[in-house]
Amino acid sequence: MRQNQKQRTASLRELFVAWFKIGLFTFGGGYAMLPLIEREVIDNKGWTDKEEILSIYALAQSVPGVIAVNTSIILGNRLGGVKGAVVAAAGVISPSLIVIMTIASFFDSIMNSVYVLQAFSGIRSAVVGLVAAAAVRIALASLKDKSAFVIAIAAFVLSAFTDVHAIAIILGGALAGLLAYYLGAKRRVED
Amino acid sequence: MFMAFLQLFSGFFKIGLFTVGGGYAMLPLMQQEIARYGWVSAAEFVDIIAIAEMTPGAIAVNTATFVGFRTAGILGAIVATTALALPSLLIIVPLSNFWETHQEHPVLKAIFNGIRPAVAGLIGAAAMYIGQTALQYDPLLSQKDAFPIDFRSLIIAAVVFLAVRKRNVDPIKAILVSALVGLIVFGF
Repeated sequence: MRQNQKQRTASLRELFVAWFKIGLFTFGGGYAMLPLIEREVIDNKGWTDKEEILSIYALAQSVPGVIAVNTSIILGNRLGGVKGAVVAAAGVISPSLIVIMTIASFFDSIMNSVYVLQAFSGIRSAVVGLVAAAAVRIALASLKDKSAFVIAIAAFVLSAFTDVHAIAIILGGALAGLLAYYLGAKRRVED
Repeated sequence: MFMAFLQLFSGFFKIGLFTVGGGYAMLPLMQQEIARYGWVSAAEFVDIIAIAEMTPGAIAVNTATFVGFRTAGILGAIVATTALALPSLLIIVPLSNFWETHQEHPVLKAIFNGIRPAVAGLIGAAAMYIGQTALQYDPLLSQKDAFPIDFRSLIIAAVVFLAVRKRNVDPIKAILVSALVGLIVFGF
């Protein structure tokens, strides 16, 4: 039923513009893209919700390719089929094409400008605040019971302090989820 | 010239197909393919990564665009970037169709109930890592200091954090304002 609250279609133009915006304003790639993706696809468009977006990220991270592109393809496919997937991916990639080709043409003068470096120091600092805010928001949305809390802490520690790969951590989470499910089912049967 | 496009396509298709986890996970394979085809020099590749980090967009996409452009112009950039994204399209569309239709299956639900908190933990670790690297003194802008964290960066990060959490400020606005603030405060 929860499904019905989400918007199920979007015009190709709307998909392209939304993902173009995400591609244009995320600095640092990877997780630094999450705050903007969430603002656009959850708050502005209602294409998914705070909880489901984590499943989408997990899917996007567990298959080959760039995470932001993968995320755009999953949501584009949901809202506009294969065509929607292609358009969303094109949207998130296009700013890179435009910006990078411009920069590649003026490579040396841009890299030597102290003003550019100063502006980017400001942007990098802002990204820290944005990602921290996203992390808090995500924690509040996903940590609903004790087992979720334990899984999140374990994933955090493994990722921050060891070399364990993100995919292994996601697979571990999947196993823990299965385990909790079967233990819970057993308990229900015994009751 | 046709060979150049073919090499760019096959090289970046391979990178898109064989790296999982995106971003930095793609760089080692990219380096191998670059060395094999001689697209750019090793030193240039390091500069390209620095630019890819500083500019908007996913790092791997930016790097592909840059290498493609350097090797074969605008068309080269388009070929390399498209080839990088193509494996994702081919793999994810059927996979996510399966997920969308079976989302409510109890076993799949249980699996994702475990995966979601794991992803939350991964994001927390990433936030810490990004904070550690981005709040340090930039050696290009200021002299080394005894205190490793640049308090100007820290204040900007804290204000943005509060603005987004408490006031729901648009991240795009936060980035644009911080660029202006950076121009002023890092100018001293």
